[in-house]
Amino acid sequence: MKLKQTLVAFATFGAVSTAAWADINIGVNLSLTGGGAALGLPMQSMIKTFPQSIAGEKVNVIILDDASDPGKAAQNARRFVNQDKVDVIFGANLTPTTMAIGPIATEAKTVQISGAPGKDGEFVFILPQGFNVMAHAMMQHLKAKGVKTLGFIGYSDGYGEGWLKAMEPMLKEANIKLVGVERFARTDTSVTPQALKLVSANPDAVLVVASGSIAPMPEIALRDRGYKGLTYQTHGAASPDLMRIGGKAVEGTFLVSGPAIFADKLPDGHPSKPVSIDFAKKFKEATGSDKLSPFAGHAYDFIVVMEKAVPIALKKAKPGTESFRLALLDALNTMGRTVISHGVMNWSASDHWGYTNETGVMVVVKNGSFEVLK
Amino acid sequence: MDITIAGMLAVDGLTNGAIYALLGLATVMVFVVTRVIFIPQGEFVAFGALTLAMFIDHKVPGTVWLLLIMAFAVALQEGIGVLRSGATVKQFLKCTVKPLLIPVITAGFSIWLAPYDLPMWSMVSLSLALVTAMGPLLYRLAYQSLESATPLVLLIVSVGVHFALTGLALLFFGPEGFRNPAFWDERLQIGAVPINGQAVIIFVTALLFILALWYFFGNTLFGKALRATAVNRNGARLMGISTHTAGQLTFTLAAFIGALSGLLIGPTTTILYDSGFLIGLKGFVAAVIAGLASYPGALVVALGVGLVEAFSAFWASAFKEVIVFALILPALWLRSRHVTDDEEEH
Repeated sequence: MKLKQTLVAFATFGAVSTAAWADINIGVNLSLTGGGAALGLPMQSMIKTFPQSIAGEKVNVIILDDASDPGKAAQNARRFVNQDKVDVIFGANLTPTTMAIGPIATEAKTVQISGAPGKDGEFVFILPQGFNVMAHAMMQHLKAKGVKTLGFIGYSDGYGEGWLKAMEPMLKEANIKLVGVERFARTDTSVTPQALKLVSANPDAVLVVASGSIAPMPEIALRDRGYKGLTYQTHGAASPDLMRIGGKAVEGTFLVSGPAIFADKLPDGHPSKPVSIDFAKKFKEATGSDKLSPFAGHAYDFIVVMEKAVPIALKKAKPGTESFRLALLDALNTMGRTVISHGVMNWSASDHWGYTNETGVMVVVKNGSFEVLK
Repeated sequence: MDITIAGMLAVDGLTNGAIYALLGLATVMVFVVTRVIFIPQGEFVAFGALTLAMFIDHKVPGTVWLLLIMAFAVALQEGIGVLRSGATVKQFLKCTVKPLLIPVITAGFSIWLAPYDLPMWSMVSLSLALVTAMGPLLYRLAYQSLESATPLVLLIVSVGVHFALTGLALLFFGPEGFRNPAFWDERLQIGAVPINGQAVIIFVTALLFILALWYFFGNTLFGKALRATAVNRNGARLMGISTHTAGQLTFTLAAFIGALSGLLIGPTTTILYDSGFLIGLKGFVAAVIAGLASYPGALVVALGVGLVEAFSAFWASAFKEVIVFALILPALWLRSRHVTDDEEEH
């Protein structure tokens, strides 16, 4: 029995590796089950639209599920590099799972393009925007509005902390005073005490750092306690849930976001506009939904990046070899300014986050929907 | 901090505290009657709030399907049990139809009425009925066959049930949060302290319900039967009180309290599929500090937990949860000092 299984395994292995010699193999690791599935599933629909071939070379996409578990993600990554001999890995969609893949990809000299914020590295590129790119766009707006004092209320987790760390030096430079830093958790039943404290400090503006349907909670509490100043939200709150839950309380809120989910609402001058519209079209075809998922945007951007980098690498080497993988790394590092649905990317050997400051888009909530500011 | 802010914080703390009190009472009740440390108590809170949110959206709530699945599982369990003991067809039908009856009727009504514009009270009653009907089924499925197991085994089962229910809630309700409209939108003023109508509703409902519980345990046959089971299980059985019935009745009440708390808290915060756990855990803290034995104790401590939470959120919001849950340590230490060596041997 054991022997038979081993033989079968060898046979499959042989078949896969011969196929791998000629084609470009792409390993995709996403959470299709478990807590991260809400993010992973729209990304999978988008990845399935990957072109059949790039520059005449056939493309094989292998999609594996990590069940939102870092251990399983590492196992999948090992399979990609040892068994499938992939040329590039895309994934994962959660920070812990993506960080489990990084070391394995680096060890095998294979490029990993991450769909979640994580730790960058020699072979690891990050597609989501870093906090500082988003904070930059928000700072421009704060300064233009003449804000002098800012209150902060955010998640007591990595998202809240990341934003605070990104904002602090910029605020100092712009001479805006941080008059209150309050924290809350996703499952809290009340943010009234935190709101009371902020209202008594009476800042010109309050920045809320939260996500999805939780993001309106602090705003409702603030307005309930008679706060009259400006309110700002981050890209984590950029979904219709903000207005669905928040209603009147979030009217006039300023929000910073990547351009991907606004598509044709973007101002004509924005570099990402055509790409973003194309993403919206492909997303609709793939899922039948109008509610754009920013996570699917990262998957779309991965395709855009591959279509640009693979032809450059193909000039130097054949897929399935180490020299091709290194050529791909070199292409990504040197291909320069690339416009994607989430902004403008400019990766270099020293910067694998790489968004330019053109990326962040400021929007305002007007009559219950987002309106992009020029 | 002036007196107005202190007043507002107190109102906020007591409002949440009233919810924790209801859940704490349920936790104590379930423990004394069945010796189950009922961690999934909070899940009913999320179920209640989300079920109502679905009705408001004119959708058939996921709880309907969950209830039906549970009911059929129980019917299957009963059916197999009866077949093994070699029963007649009539007995078989009686045993399998009984657990299906109420869930199927409730679910049928929900599916039929969900697309219509219903008045608030009927949506509230349907939500309560759907979640409450799960209580006895849950007891039958997870706990009844382990009735005589040690509290530790029952605790482990509770942990399992908690994870199962959270996973199912994600499946049936999805990852989005909901905030229900307030039952009463009025704004009142007591001195300088503003109070919104929803807080008043929470206080009044919690108070009425606690009085009703008090009457139930003191003056009704079923209430007395539960108390007898709590005092001495074997004694109660000898007097003809079925421990199965006692357990199912307790879980029915626990589910009802959970659903009610969910409906009350739904308009004050965004409820997600997994929000219930932490809310229930605070009720649990109150119950534990009260020694898992005293109802008035749990009530007072729960209000205290709410107050501590509000004031610590004001002073040091980053450490709020730490402060609330750290409360349990000195309380346990103090309690353990009262336990004599003799008692500890049990």
